[in-house]
Amino acid sequence: MISAPDVVAFTREEELEDELCSEPPLPEEYSVPLFPFASHGANPWAKVASSKFTRDFILISEFSEQVGPQPLLTIPDDAKVSGTFDLNYFSLRIMSVDYQASFVGHPPGSAYPKLNFVEDSKVVLGDSKEGAFAYVHHLTLYDLEARGFVRPFCMAYISADEHKIMQQFQELSAEFSKASECLKTGNRKAFANELEKKLKDLDYTRTVLHNETEIQKKANDKGYYTTQAIEKANELASVEKSIIEHQDLLKQIRSYPYRKLKRSDFHPYEPERALDQDNTGCDQDLTTSDLAEPSETQLYAHVPSYTPKLIKAKSAKCFDKKLKTLEELCDIYFFTQTLDQLHQIERTFRGDVCYLLTDQISRALLKQQSVTNFLFEDVSFLHEKPPEKQYRGCQGLSQDAVDRKCSEESPAPKVVISLGSYKSSVECVPIKMEQEIEDSQEPKMTESITFEHQENLDYLDADIKGSISSGESIEVLGTEKSASGLTKSESQASLPVSPSPQPGRSKVGSRRTVSEDSIEVLSTCPSESLIPEDFKASYPSAINEEPYVDDEEGGLRFTPKLNPDNADEQEDISKQENLVQVDSACCIGKESPNFLEPLPDLGQKPCDEDGVVRIPPQPYRQVEPGLRGSFGSFPSHDGISGGLLPYELDSRYLTGSREVSKSSLDECSDSTSYISSAASTCSDRTPSPAHLACQASERHKKKAGQNALRFIRQYPFAHPAIYSLLSGRTLIVLGEEEAIVKKLVTALSIFVPNCGIYAKPVKHWVTSPLHVVDFQKWKLIGLQRMVSPAGVNVLHALSRYSRYVSILDADSKTLRCPLYKGTLVSRLADHRTQIKRGSTYYMHVQSILTQLCSKAFLFTFCHHLHLPISERETEESVVNRRMNFLKLQLGLANEDIKIVQYLAELLKLQYIQEPSQGVNPLLRFDYVPSFLYKI
Amino acid sequence: KSSVQTIGEEQIQNPYTELLVLKGHQDIVRFLVQIDDCRFASAGDDGIVFLWNAQTGEKLFELHGHTHKITAIAPFSSSDASEEKKHLILTASADRTVIVWDCTSGRQVQKVSCFHSTVKCLTVLQRLDVWLSGGSDLCVWNRKLDLLCKTSHLTDAGISALVELPKNCVAAAVGRELIIFRLVASNEGSEGWNVLEVKRLVDHQDNILSLVSVNDLTFVTGSHVGELIVWDALDWTKQASECNFWDSSVHPDVQPEIKLSESPNETSVQHLTSDEECVFAAVGKGIYVYNLQMKRVIACQRTAHDSSVLHIERLPNRQLISCSEDGSVRIWELREKQQLPAEPVPTGFFNMWGFGRANKQANQAAKKMQENTPVYFLELVGDLIGHSSAVQMFLYFGELGLATCSADHLIILWKDGERESRLRSLTLFQKLAQNGDVQLKF
Repeated sequence: MISAPDVVAFTREEELEDELCSEPPLPEEYSVPLFPFASHGANPWAKVASSKFTRDFILISEFSEQVGPQPLLTIPDDAKVSGTFDLNYFSLRIMSVDYQASFVGHPPGSAYPKLNFVEDSKVVLGDSKEGAFAYVHHLTLYDLEARGFVRPFCMAYISADEHKIMQQFQELSAEFSKASECLKTGNRKAFANELEKKLKDLDYTRTVLHNETEIQKKANDKGYYTTQAIEKANELASVEKSIIEHQDLLKQIRSYPYRKLKRSDFHPYEPERALDQDNTGCDQDLTTSDLAEPSETQLYAHVPSYTPKLIKAKSAKCFDKKLKTLEELCDIYFFTQTLDQLHQIERTFRGDVCYLLTDQISRALLKQQSVTNFLFEDVSFLHEKPPEKQYRGCQGLSQDAVDRKCSEESPAPKVVISLGSYKSSVECVPIKMEQEIEDSQEPKMTESITFEHQENLDYLDADIKGSISSGESIEVLGTEKSASGLTKSESQASLPVSPSPQPGRSKVGSRRTVSEDSIEVLSTCPSESLIPEDFKASYPSAINEEPYVDDEEGGLRFTPKLNPDNADEQEDISKQENLVQVDSACCIGKESPNFLEPLPDLGQKPCDEDGVVRIPPQPYRQVEPGLRGSFGSFPSHDGISGGLLPYELDSRYLTGSREVSKSSLDECSDSTSYISSAASTCSDRTPSPAHLACQASERHKKKAGQNALRFIRQYPFAHPAIYSLLSGRTLIVLGEEEAIVKKLVTALSIFVPNCGIYAKPVKHWVTSPLHVVDFQKWKLIGLQRMVSPAGVNVLHALSRYSRYVSILDADSKTLRCPLYKGTLVSRLADHRTQIKRGSTYYMHVQSILTQLCSKAFLFTFCHHLHLPISERETEESVVNRRMNFLKLQLGLANEDIKIVQYLAELLKLQYIQEPSQGVNPLLRFDYVPSFLYKI
Repeated sequence: KSSVQTIGEEQIQNPYTELLVLKGHQDIVRFLVQIDDCRFASAGDDGIVFLWNAQTGEKLFELHGHTHKITAIAPFSSSDASEEKKHLILTASADRTVIVWDCTSGRQVQKVSCFHSTVKCLTVLQRLDVWLSGGSDLCVWNRKLDLLCKTSHLTDAGISALVELPKNCVAAAVGRELIIFRLVASNEGSEGWNVLEVKRLVDHQDNILSLVSVNDLTFVTGSHVGELIVWDALDWTKQASECNFWDSSVHPDVQPEIKLSESPNETSVQHLTSDEECVFAAVGKGIYVYNLQMKRVIACQRTAHDSSVLHIERLPNRQLISCSEDGSVRIWELREKQQLPAEPVPTGFFNMWGFGRANKQANQAAKKMQENTPVYFLELVGDLIGHSSAVQMFLYFGELGLATCSADHLIILWKDGERESRLRSLTLFQKLAQNGDVQLKF
C-alpha cells in the first residue's frame, strides 16, 4: 500500500488512528470527518491528478520479441480516453514487471521442448508520475513461430484511483481471469491447429525427402553415398525429429484440459483418441466451455482441407517475418468474446469506487434478505444466481448511473467518508490469489477489431480521482504470482524524479520520497494463498517492509460511517445536509460491528424492543457455504470472514510480523498447481445481457427518482397516491397524453411493491377498458383518456371498478382515492425535501422502503401476532395483540398499518408459495370510501 | 334513471375482501356445481368442464369430451358405504351426449350418446340410485348407465326442469305444463323401473322457468309471466299462488314514478330458492320473499339489480345473495322493519367523470314498505363487483367463500380477506417449522 497516501490525503488519518487505537470505533461512526483543506477553499474535486487520461480504461500490451513492449489496444477504443497518456511508456512499465516464470524450451534432461503451462500473474502497479494505477494481468500465449513458443501479453486495468484498483482487486482479478481464460482457450485451439498443420507439412516434407532419397539410392549404385545423399538423409532425420517434437507439443497442449477436470463445466478430453484423429476431433475436445461450442464447427470447418506444404530445411528464424496478431493467435471467435468480456469489465468498474463498493455491499446485503428483498428490489437483481462469478459480474450493474452520480454530487464530506471506507475494505478483502495453469503461446496484435461503441462515456472520472502524486515510480502494489521472486524495492533509480504538481499535497509528497524511483512490490502473494490466514499474514508484512507503512495505517482502519439504523435520524440529518446523508447511508459500513441492518432476515430472531433487528456485520463477499457458520463467533481467525473483521485486522497490522508472513508465503509457494475454483471460470460465461438490462434499469431508477421528486413537489396529494400504491390499491394514471402519463407512471413506479419475483406490477400505457383481472395483475396503470365512444367504455369500466382503484387524473390534476392520515408517506415523500438528484431521491425512497420491509417482516414472522399463544385464547385477543404491535411496537399510525399489513400479506404469499406453482394472483381490497383531491 | 339501491364503497358487513380470478373457460360459464367441501366444477358454453379447488383456486382438472355447450350438470356421488366415496359428475351437452366424469382422477368414466335431443336437465335420485335425464323425453338410468326406461316423446321443446318429489315421483316442467311422473319397479327385474305419467298440471299461463322443492310436502314453480304457484307435493294440488308481483296496487308503497313495465321479462320468475319458511324468488330485476305460512310476499326489493336477477341463494345467516345480468352480485339481509336505519351512503365518484348516475335517493326504495304489509325488508349489505358481464350463477362455500361464474368467461372466488390472511399466517408458520433449519442458514 505504498502509494496509498495519494488518496488518503482527504481523510483525517491521524485522528482516526488515535481514536481507533484507544477506544472502540463506535462513536466515530457517526461523525463526518472534516475536509482538511476546506480552509484553503480547495475543491477536492478539482483535477488534482496528474493523470493524463480522462477515465479508466483497459490496455492490452505485448512484449514483442521484435520491438519490445508495445500497446496493442485499449478499451474503450477512444483516443479521448487515454488522452495524452503515454501508452507506449506505460506498456513498457507494466511489461517490465513480468512475474511469470515462463520457461519454455528444452529443459535439461528432456529430449523435447516442453510447454510450460504458466499461470497468469496478477500485479498492481502504480505510476505516480503518470497518475496511473493499474491492475496488470500477465498472461502468455503460445505461438509456434515465437521464441520459446510463447508470447507474453498483459491486460491492464488502468485507473487514476489507486484505491479503486486495490479494493476491487479481487473482482478485477476474477474478471480478468475469465477474460484471460477465454483468450487462452482460443489460443490453445489455434495453437493445436497450427501444430497439426505443421505436422502435416512435416509429414509431407518427410515423404518428399524420403522419395528423393530413394530415387537417389536407386540412381546411385556405386556403393557409397554422395554428399548430396548424406545431406538429404540428415534433412530427413531432422524432419523426423521435428515431427516427434511437434507431436509431443501437440500432446502437451491437448493434455491441458486434464488439468482442469476439476471444473464441473469443463469438457473432458481424451488425448489418445485425439492424437490419432484429425483436427476436428481435437477442436471439440479442446472446448472449454459452452462459449466455444456453438461456433466451433463452423470455425474449424476449413481445417481438414488443409494442403500440406513443403517445409524448407532451414525455416526462417528471423525478425523479418511478421508475427501473428493477437486475433490470429487465438482465433477470431474467442478474441471477440474476450473483447466483449473486457468491455464488460470496463463498464463494470466504471465510476467511482465509492459507488462500486456501495453497490456491492448493498447488493450482497440484499441477497441475504431472501424473504423480503423481492418487494422493492430490482427484478433483474433477484433473478441473478448466487454463485460468485455471477455476483461479481453484477457489481457493475449500476456503474453507468453511478458515474454520473459521482460527477454530479460533489460535497466533500461524503467522499471523505467514502474514502475511509474504501481503505478499510481493501484490507477486508481476502484477496483470493488465483492461479491459472495455462499453456501459453504467443499472440500478435491486431488492429482490426471493431469495438463496441461506448455509450454514456464518463469523462469525469479523472476529476474525481484526485489522487495522483509525487514520485515517478512504478509501485507494485500487489502481485499474485507464485513464482514471483518476492522482490521488494527493486531500485530503478534511473527514472527521473518530478515533484508533485499539487501544492496541497506536500504532505503526500514528502511521504513518498522514500518510494520514488523505485519499483515497490507492495505485496506479493503466491497464487495458492486462497487461505485467508495466509493472506492476512503475508499482506501486511509486505507493507511493513516499507518505511512508510504508517501512511497506510489509516487505510487499514475502519473509518466510521453513518449507520442508517434509524430512519428517523436519517431523516433529520437529511434535512440539514441531505445529500451527504443519503450518500453516506449508502455506504453502510459492512465492516462495522455495530452496523444495524435494517433489513432483517429469517436468520435473525426479531427481538429488539425498538423493532429494529440487530445483526452482526455480514461479509459482503460470497463465501463458501461451509464457512458461513463462522460468522457467529465473531472475531474468528479462521474462515474468510475473518478477513472482514476490523479489530482483528487492526491488530494484525499493528503487530504484523514479517516472519509469520514469510513463512506463510513460503508455504503457499510450495503448493503446486492447485486450481482455484474461481480462477478459471473464464470463458464459460459470455458477457451476459443481463448486465445491459441492469444498466438500463439503473438509468430507469434515476429517471424514476427524478420524476418522483417532481411529482411530490408538484402534487399536494402525492401522499394519498403513494399510500394507495403501498397498500396495494391499484393506482390508475388517467390522461390524454401518453408521454405525461408514462412519466407519472415511471415516477410512481418506485413506490410499487412487487408481488413476486416477477416484473413490477406496472403497466405504463393501456387504451382498452380495464377489467378486474388487470387490477389483480397491475398495481399501477397508465390509462388513456379518449373522447371517442371507446373512451366512454374505458371510463365506465373505471367507475364500475372504482372500489378497487385510485385514480390520478393527469389532465385535470385530481386524485380520487381513500384518505391517508398516516405519517410514513410524509417521510417518504416530503415535498419540501432538499434532495435534488433523482438518483439520490431514489436511494432515499429505497432506504425508507427497506425499513418498511423490515417492519413488515417483523410483523409477518412474529408467531404470536397471528396465532393464539394458548388454546384458550380467542381470536379477538390475537387481533388486539396484533394491532397493539402495529401501533406501539412498530409505531404505525392509522393507514400506515394497512401498508404494513399489505406488505406482510405479500411476504406471506411469497413465502408459502410452492416453488412449482406460481403465486395465484390475489386481489385484496377494502371497502373504504374514496375522496376527491384537487390541487 | 335507475332506482337500484346502491351501497357505496363502505361496506362494513361485506366479508369478501379478497378475490381470486379463475381463468380457463373460453366462453360463457353457466354452471357451477359443488363436488365436496372444497371442490367444485364449472361448465359452460365452451363444452369444457373444469374442476377447481375452492380454497386455493387451483385448477384441478380440465375435462374435455363435449363438443358443444354444456346444458346441464349434476353431481353424482356414490352413496355406497362399502367402497370409498366416489365423486362423479354428470354433464349433458348440446352434442346430445351425457358424460360421467370421475372427479378424483379427472377421467371420463362413461359416455352416453343415444339421445334424440339435447338433455336439458339432469336429476339424480340418490334414494333409488338412478338418475334422470330430461330432454324431449324423460329417461331413467342406473349407475352403470343402463337405460332403464323412458317416456314417450313429450314435446320438442323438452323438459326444462326436473324436481324430485316424495313417493318416487318427479315433477317435470314441460313448457307451461307441469307433468308428474312416477317411477314404479318393473316386474321382471329388481333393477328395472318403469316410468308412468301420473298427472299434468296446466295452471301456469306461460312457460315454467323455475321449479324448486321446498320440503317433503311442498314444491314451488315460477313461470315466465311472474306466476308463483305453491304445490302440495303429495297430491299435486295448488296450495297458493302469487301472480301479481308487478302489480303496484298490491304494494301501494311503491313510489309512483317507478313504473314497472309489464313486459314478461320484467316479471319472469328466473329462479327460486327456499328455506323452511319462505320462498325467495328472483323476479325480473327484483327479489321477493314469499312466506309460505302467511301466503304472501313479506319483503321485496323490486329493483334489486340493474337487470334480471339470474340466481338467488339463501345463506344460513339470514342473508340472501343474488346475481344478475348486470354483472354484480349483491348480498342482502332480511331484517325487521323497525331496524330501518337511515344512514347516508357515501357518494360515488360517478359525477366526477361526467357519466354517472344521480341516484342518491335510491336507497330509500327499500324502506318504502307499508307498515301493515311486510314486516321485513331486504337490506343491501354488500355488493361484489368484478365481472364485466352477466353473472350466471354462484356457489356459496360457506367459510371458503363464494364462487361466481359469468358470461365474461371468468370465475371469481370471493374470499374473506381476514380469514385468508390468518390461514396464510398459519401456513407460513407451519412451513417455517418444517424447514426452519433451512431458513436459519443465514
